[in-house]
Amino acid sequence: MATGEVTVHVTPAATASSQSRTTLLVNLAWSVMLIVMAVIFFFPFFWTVASSLKKVSELYVFPPILFPAVPQWKNYLTVLQTVPFLTWTWNSMLVVVLSTAGVLLSSSLAAYAFARFEFRGREVLFIVTLGTMMLPAQVTLIPQFILFHDLGWIDTLNPLWIPSWFGGGAFYIFLLRQFILSLPRELDEAAVIDGANPFQILWNILLPLCQPALATVAVISLIGQWGDFITPLIYLNSPVKFTLAIGLNFFRTVPDSGGLPTDHLLMAASVMTTIPPILLFFVAQRYFVTGIVMSGIKG
Amino acid sequence: MVFNSPTASVAPRRVPLLTRIVGAKSPTQARRALWAYLFMLPWLIGLVVFWIGPIIASFYLSFTTYDVMSPPSFIGLANYHKAFFEDELFWPSLLRTFEYSLVVVPVGLAGSLFLAILLNRGLRGTNIFRTLFFLPSLTPAVALAILWTWLFQPQVGPINLALSTIGIKGPGWLASDVWALPSLIIITLWAALGGNTMLIFLAGLQGVPESLLDAAEIDGAGAWAKFLHVRLPLISPTILFNLILGVIGALKVFTLAYVATQGGPTYSTWFYALHIYNEAFSYFRMGYGSALAWVFVVILLIFTWIQLRASSRWVYYAGEEG
Repeated sequence: MATGEVTVHVTPAATASSQSRTTLLVNLAWSVMLIVMAVIFFFPFFWTVASSLKKVSELYVFPPILFPAVPQWKNYLTVLQTVPFLTWTWNSMLVVVLSTAGVLLSSSLAAYAFARFEFRGREVLFIVTLGTMMLPAQVTLIPQFILFHDLGWIDTLNPLWIPSWFGGGAFYIFLLRQFILSLPRELDEAAVIDGANPFQILWNILLPLCQPALATVAVISLIGQWGDFITPLIYLNSPVKFTLAIGLNFFRTVPDSGGLPTDHLLMAASVMTTIPPILLFFVAQRYFVTGIVMSGIKG
Repeated sequence: MVFNSPTASVAPRRVPLLTRIVGAKSPTQARRALWAYLFMLPWLIGLVVFWIGPIIASFYLSFTTYDVMSPPSFIGLANYHKAFFEDELFWPSLLRTFEYSLVVVPVGLAGSLFLAILLNRGLRGTNIFRTLFFLPSLTPAVALAILWTWLFQPQVGPINLALSTIGIKGPGWLASDVWALPSLIIITLWAALGGNTMLIFLAGLQGVPESLLDAAEIDGAGAWAKFLHVRLPLISPTILFNLILGVIGALKVFTLAYVATQGGPTYSTWFYALHIYNEAFSYFRMGYGSALAWVFVVILLIFTWIQLRASSRWVYYAGEEG
């Protein structure tokens, strides 16, 4: 391919018609653009990782150094020793796993009811459900805060995951409903003949078939919850209760190092905070992309 | 029909009350409806406790003064009066938010569409590029703010270094009251261009039937004409969807500003959501915060309504004549 391009450039008239030469040039231009964009998108990541491995003396030199002379892996260890990073990671994992479990269970129940049953108020309820997607969180934030305050849940992880057990959110319900609608009803009817009740039909027959959609919901919920900032910001006060997102911000604003520069440590902490969602994305890319696309096309 | 009508008119009276309440015509259907309500129960509770209840509560609270400690006391429209006429940050914060959205939404949409078009050409390595473009949107907003504060570092940051090599003295970026807002816009665009919006556009573009493109080519359409007259109209519903979500997302901007600039310097990035947060959770003015939130809802509703109204002029739905 590469040699083909060269010949075209050297002796265009002899080897290719002007038509295919234009196509090649156009493709070349597009490829260059793709690569330029890729560099723009990738450079900040590179810079963050490189900075996280530098010595303090390498941080503030001008012109900046691209690669640290010796990668300072101990920066990562220093982060773990300076702030309760592992506690925050544990809190984040707890919240993310508990809320995603709630989302999966309760949103599939609601989706099943919307997709397979006739009952009074179904249409209205569905429209109201979709309507909640348009509302900004700011309206419900204050009354929810008062509610959780009255329940004594301030400075606990409860407000971060318990709401997920009550339906999980309109987007997930909608996504699963669409998926269940695409499964043939004959499956349900066959199970009825075998004497299964509606819950058994959902649990034994439909949910196993919904695995791709459930994976999509799980991935989107996990990544979304991991990065959630405003909810923990409002509800959590003591640093040991923090999730990673607000812990990272705490680390930035209250450096516990006696005034020494901490930018390389901050970068290390940012890298560690960003790795889990990126890893998850690589593992479950297929499901993730399908879910996003479904929401856009059928929405 | 005619033969059945006598039974049909009698039947409803024999159906038990409960069956009629759930909208069923027979006990079997009624039993199924009850199952449905049972399955719906968690979401019904969630809807009432976390959505409808709070919406009503915040509407009521917006007419009160309330600090969580002592019970709310009714003060009529005073909060709204304060917002419109006394609060010195109300209008500026709305203006900042609009300025931000006015750049982020159109540039973001056009940029995402451009990336989707790049990827849709089916060049080699497309999957790798798609993943690369998508990575920034996976970065948690806090990490995003911290990472870019470092990139924008005025003295030793790589961005000002790059500018200095072409003879430009870079500004103070996030530390400058002129450049803080543009900096946040750049960060947002970097994070969002290759994200969900791009994926949705890409799927939309891939859904454009080959046959239509071939037909256009036979009619003598070039690459640009095919884009303008075939692809663009066919993905216009997708554009509308992304536009509505984009506007809502942009107007809600919070975390990035909270972490990167704290609304400064000198309130130059004091966005509306930041203002609500500050009133409600720094000063515990829950009544005033609720009023601000309701103003926000009304603004969002107006924007969405305008977009939906205007959309009939430019959105084309396949299968619909006209």
